[in-house]
Amino acid sequence: MLIAIFSAIESGFIYALMALGVYLSFRILDFPDLTVDGSFVTGGAVAAISIVNGVPPVLATFYALIAGFIAGIITGVLNTKGKINPLLSGILMMIALYSINLRIMGKPNIALLNESTVFNQIEGFWAKLGIDEFLNSILTALGADRLPGTWAVLIIMILVTIVVKFVIDYFLKTEVGLALRATGDNEKMIRSLSANTDNMKIIGLGISNGLVALSGAFVAQNDGFTDVSVGIGMIVIGLASVIIGEAIFGTKTIARATLAVIAGAVLYRIVLTLALRVKFLDTGDAKLITASLVIIALVAPKIIERQKEASRKRKKRAMLAEGGGADNA
Amino acid sequence: MLDVQNLSITFNEGTLDEKKALQHINLHMKKGDFVTVIGSNGAGKSTLMNMISGSLKPDIGHVKINEKDVTMLPEYKRSQYIGRVFQDPMAGTAPTMTIEENLAMAYARNKKRGLRIGVNKKRKQMFRENLERINLGLENRLNAKVGLLSGGERQALSLLMATFTEPNILLLDEHTAALDPARAELITKLTGEVVEQFGLTTLMVTHNMQQALDLGNRLIMMDKGQIILEVSGEEKKALTIEKLLHEFQRIRGKQMESDRAVLG
Ligand SMILES: Nc1ncnc2c1ncn2[C@@H]1O[C@H](COP(=O)(O)OP(=O)(O)OP(=O)(O)O)[C@@H](O)[C@H]1O
Ligand SMILES: [Mg+2]
Repeated sequence: MLIAIFSAIESGFIYALMALGVYLSFRILDFPDLTVDGSFVTGGAVAAISIVNGVPPVLATFYALIAGFIAGIITGVLNTKGKINPLLSGILMMIALYSINLRIMGKPNIALLNESTVFNQIEGFWAKLGIDEFLNSILTALGADRLPGTWAVLIIMILVTIVVKFVIDYFLKTEVGLALRATGDNEKMIRSLSANTDNMKIIGLGISNGLVALSGAFVAQNDGFTDVSVGIGMIVIGLASVIIGEAIFGTKTIARATLAVIAGAVLYRIVLTLALRVKFLDTGDAKLITASLVIIALVAPKIIERQKEASRKRKKRAMLAEGGGADNA
Repeated sequence: MLDVQNLSITFNEGTLDEKKALQHINLHMKKGDFVTVIGSNGAGKSTLMNMISGSLKPDIGHVKINEKDVTMLPEYKRSQYIGRVFQDPMAGTAPTMTIEENLAMAYARNKKRGLRIGVNKKRKQMFRENLERINLGLENRLNAKVGLLSGGERQALSLLMATFTEPNILLLDEHTAALDPARAELITKLTGEVVEQFGLTTLMVTHNMQQALDLGNRLIMMDKGQIILEVSGEEKKALTIEKLLHEFQRIRGKQMESDRAVLG
């Protein structure tokens, strides 16, 4: 149980990068970008094939980021220059990427079991730090009987995610960042303030898919393999993270919203792990569970709001009735 | 400053809905000219504004700003020179962003946008000073999201955003039409003040004849895609609503007569 939750949190932070990418396209640009299903795999594919061919893992991961960025740019160009509607641009790119990913990999899956990755490369250095022993001793003291093999992945991913979060927060406050946000908020207005909204969308989708591919690259390295079909439904997982995070942690400011998205990604993994432990559900049901989570996260806040409103009105009416009674007396 | 030459556009050409929205419009504005534009619905006033701002391209004719031909320049490039306020108070601001962020975007209009922070201390101070001028207390709400403001407040903010970078040309398309009378009057007053203060070359469309008479040094009346009346200077000062209506009927009557003659 503890181990399952631990690896859920670990995955949560890896997939948080993908969720941040989805947040940029869906929320900031107001662009429902389905490229994600393809660009996530592109990230894994580029990183895997590079590593297999002897490229240092960090560089391979960077290549993945660039590949995703390019995919996003193409979707943006299809939409802005080709005047293809946003959903369709993303779907076209997603489908095209399926074949492209196969080409990149040369076969449907690649194993990285005996290759070096960003994670196992630092094992030696990590062991010297003694962090694992320290954290595991705390867990033991708390009564855990089985312990995580290494904390390295979790801690690296937390650091990477936090750095990315702060870079995004900063970027969205710059002059370009403000124009990017306005493009999703009121396009006509920011065009009348001399911003090239086509370029904004293209850059925004590039960054978004760059992050998605980065996430894909880390996932492949952590899992030790990648498969051309791992991206199916990725966009819904991203949305689930964004929506769950926003519903629970709020969106008052950009910094708050990006934090919410990361927390949402982790929470999503934990909920999914717990759900899959239910007897009659198996791993094949994961996508159904994900879709249900998104539906609940979308509908529940509305129901809660309506009930609050109703009870507020009921109270008010009751108070007025009492007040009226007092007047008569 | 602004030169509109022989501007024409026909919508849906060759179909049953063919509409000659602008027919050979010529308009020359000197620096500091403030022209009010009146005319019935469908006269082509908004089309003229859209053509100057670049959101529409003409069939024939030219638009020149500062002697530079901008007819084919895309809207976003042209808007370095042009400040605009739209009729819809929701149209001129970004609702999920704060007042200071909206002002920062307007401030960047005639500069190259880069990776500098949009709202820094110095700019904040400048935004505050500008907001104080419009007297709505917005200077104390720099961090409020614009979506929370009332229509009048948003329109005042839009007006400020359109003007404080001193654009070469200011376009106002019925920018007080969606407001209640008191707010409309406030925005009208603010408009007069900022235009005067910066000496902005301004084109303002309005359906309010009194407003058209009170503001500006020139007035044009449009009908069916043409400018049918131009008044300026002392003549405009002496103009009244009755005279204007009378003039409109006289010109229209004449045209109807000639139409009848053509149709035989
Ligand atoms: N994109 C378009 N396609 C087809 N017809 C158009 C288009 N834009 C405007 N028109 C037509 O051109 C004519 C002029 O429209 P315009 O909006 O310029 O009028 P206006 O003078 O601003 O009127 P109002 O006072 O109602 O705002 C109208 O008959 C309108 O229906
Ligand atoms: Mg109009």
